[in-house]
Amino acid sequence: MNYHRFDCIIVGAGGAGLMAALEASKLAGTAVVSKLYPTRSHTGAAQGGIAAALANLEDDTWENHAYDTIKGGDFLVDQTAAEVLCREAVECIYDLEHMGLPFDRTPDGRISQRRFGGHTKPNPVYDPAAPAGAEASKPRIPVKRACHSADRTGHMILQTLYQQCIKQGVTFFDEFHMLDLIMVEGECRGIVAIEIATSELHVFHAKSVLLATGGFGRMFKVSSNAFALTGDGPAIAYRHGVPLEDMEFYQFHPTGIYRLGILLSEACRGDGGVMFNGEGERFMEKYAPNLKDLASRDVCSRSIYQEVRAGRGVGGKDYVYLDIRAETINKYKTSPTGEPVDSAWVSKRLPDIIDFARTYLGVDPIHEPMPIQPTAHYAMGGLPTDVHGRVLRDESGAFIPGLYSAGESACVSVHGANRLGTNSLVDLVVFGRRTGREMARFALDRPFQSLPPKPEAFVKSEIESVLARPRVEPWVKIRDEMQRTMMDECGVFRTEETLTKARDVLVDLQKRYRSTGVQDKGNVFNTGLLEVLELGCLLDLAQATVASALARKESRGAHSREDFPARDDSQFFRHTFIFKDGEGPGRIGYKDVDVILRQVDGRMEPKYPLEIRKY
Amino acid sequence: MSMRTLTVRIKRYVPERDRSPRWEEFKVEADPHDRVLDVIQKVKWDQDETIGLRRSCAHGVCGSDAMRINGVNRLACKVLIKSLPSDVLTLEPILGLPVIKDLIVDMKPFFDHYKSVLPYLINDDPPPTTERLQSPEERARFDDTTRCILCACCTAACPPFWGDNKYVGPAAIVNAHRFIFDSRDRGAAERLDILNDTEGVWRCRTVFNCTNACPREIKVTQAIQEVKQALLTGEVDTHSVVNIHQET
Repeated sequence: MNYHRFDCIIVGAGGAGLMAALEASKLAGTAVVSKLYPTRSHTGAAQGGIAAALANLEDDTWENHAYDTIKGGDFLVDQTAAEVLCREAVECIYDLEHMGLPFDRTPDGRISQRRFGGHTKPNPVYDPAAPAGAEASKPRIPVKRACHSADRTGHMILQTLYQQCIKQGVTFFDEFHMLDLIMVEGECRGIVAIEIATSELHVFHAKSVLLATGGFGRMFKVSSNAFALTGDGPAIAYRHGVPLEDMEFYQFHPTGIYRLGILLSEACRGDGGVMFNGEGERFMEKYAPNLKDLASRDVCSRSIYQEVRAGRGVGGKDYVYLDIRAETINKYKTSPTGEPVDSAWVSKRLPDIIDFARTYLGVDPIHEPMPIQPTAHYAMGGLPTDVHGRVLRDESGAFIPGLYSAGESACVSVHGANRLGTNSLVDLVVFGRRTGREMARFALDRPFQSLPPKPEAFVKSEIESVLARPRVEPWVKIRDEMQRTMMDECGVFRTEETLTKARDVLVDLQKRYRSTGVQDKGNVFNTGLLEVLELGCLLDLAQATVASALARKESRGAHSREDFPARDDSQFFRHTFIFKDGEGPGRIGYKDVDVILRQVDGRMEPKYPLEIRKY
Repeated sequence: MSMRTLTVRIKRYVPERDRSPRWEEFKVEADPHDRVLDVIQKVKWDQDETIGLRRSCAHGVCGSDAMRINGVNRLACKVLIKSLPSDVLTLEPILGLPVIKDLIVDMKPFFDHYKSVLPYLINDDPPPTTERLQSPEERARFDDTTRCILCACCTAACPPFWGDNKYVGPAAIVNAHRFIFDSRDRGAAERLDILNDTEGVWRCRTVFNCTNACPREIKVTQAIQEVKQALLTGEVDTHSVVNIHQET
């Protein structure tokens, strides 16, 4: 057995993990443990932009960004955290630029910004008496806030952070897969990981451990997520009694490539792209009369489903079109510059999107519209944390010493019931940085706590048991059934009936999962074994998602209960905390949403009053 | 389009089992719209779970699944079955790096070369409180080489690299280029010095294999030529895109 000791261990080398590593390693001994080479992380797949109210192209404020974040999250967002996010976004963007991030530039050499769904500012000419449809009738109008590097902003962030880690000499354990947390007396004291190339187990003894393992979109059939996104961090913590927050809120991005789910950035619509149904109708005009195609993602995804259900999909099928042709942008006057655009402009703004469509659809988006459908994209829920990345023990707000989370695996909660486009990248730089500092500060203040004897024993016996079991059925069948069930019964729309069905199917799948084994018994890159263990994580998280969704009898943001179509602030203006009990989901508790009050005429009033969410 | 029955030939090497690499054939039904990656995973999941490969994003941005597909370096997730000229699909690990298992090679030497060229912004001037300014033209100057995903398709297609794995290789030069021609960077002289070494840019024989292999369509050979030119002239122009040795 291999033993390592670091003040700080960071699990995951995406944006949050690398940002935290840059901060923590300035103060304390730090190592990053990642099952992928860092540059393979899924932050690199983010496309359109990262929001910050730099006001480089037009007036904007971080308060506008905070309002959009809170409204985008259908008011389930913790407001102090949202203000931290939007205020610190500005300095984080400048930091990234100083690190060398190659943002696109304005003619005067500043960072370029583009429109995105749900990014707005107050309309200076707003007049409530104006006739519907008139410019003055819109209380808020789109704003250029998303800083970008063509449509590969995430790639540039990931590369830049990794480059800085090399410069700073951060220690990496590449292709080491975390399989367990070492939890003693309610504290986290390290992790157990397997070295993928040899199957040797390694114990990492630490004072603070950050789980920055990303999302878990692979529980759904059609997903924009990489194969690696199996929620290892949240699932393993959940098994140790750590709660998961707001798991019922899972975002479906409206514009995934038909059947494959590969993401076509919201920047397509920010730059003027329009969605059409099978009848050639710009259907978003019906669902979001003001912002239309730039409404929030949950709104757009539901609209697509409703069009398809009404038989208005293309050719009566389950998809619609996304059209980014210059002539379409000009016809509908959706150009963000206000001036007509040409194909060369579109090609320069969206080069990767065009390449994806040509490669995977055989469609040239310069000349034809692209078939799209909603794709499982982002987990708003995850490990509950405070604004320093400290993981909460329960809904009382007490911490688990030594355990941290940041990025998609965490729930701060700045995304509430539906994440605003580009805020995933903002989240991981802002909270990655804060968490890196906090975990290092905590580590410097205390000695190493002792480890239990043989901390790797549990993992060892788990692996031996999987390898020893006969392959009763291919585990891939179990995964496929989980993905189909989650997509059909716990997707964009849910009811008591579909969720109950999903719950029962998952119980059966868990049973079958525990009774089948793998074919590969080898030690070198036994990726079959690791895929099975990842499936175990996904099954646990799928069960937590369904149980949380069953308990929330309202519709809010991405959680759309057809049997409870209205938002119910009297009962559900609060976060779900779900705990594991034995084999499956157990107790569900609730925690109030953090609301900022301010003094108005001698009375305390909410700074962001609840409103019905319309776009 | 209807399903095709493919013969998938994989160069297998499982160190615990094989003394030397051997070919193995699988028959599989494939949809013309399937990616080569889908086909390999189908074989792995349905027929032989022991097949070793890396993959993650499955749409050409993470750089995990570089391999030799019918004799050329490609990402398995960016090649569709309908583009294959015949129903025989031949898969091998990329060349020039030690094979660990089947289609998986040891990437450490590749990343070591990458790290050796100081692939990060060097500028010790105190930054302004907002962004450093850079004109759109200056930004465009190094745009092509910012797209590298470190998949190793180029380096592993380079005959000089096959012959001498101490050569830094095209990918490392591409990443040096990305900073040498960035108007905000001050480390060009240091990097050019590293690349002037016997294992630097002069190993390049302008074979163009790298350019042909790049899944991001980076003009790799041109980037290498620009670095050579900077060494010969002692000048680095970070302001305008110049097309020396225009590729066809």
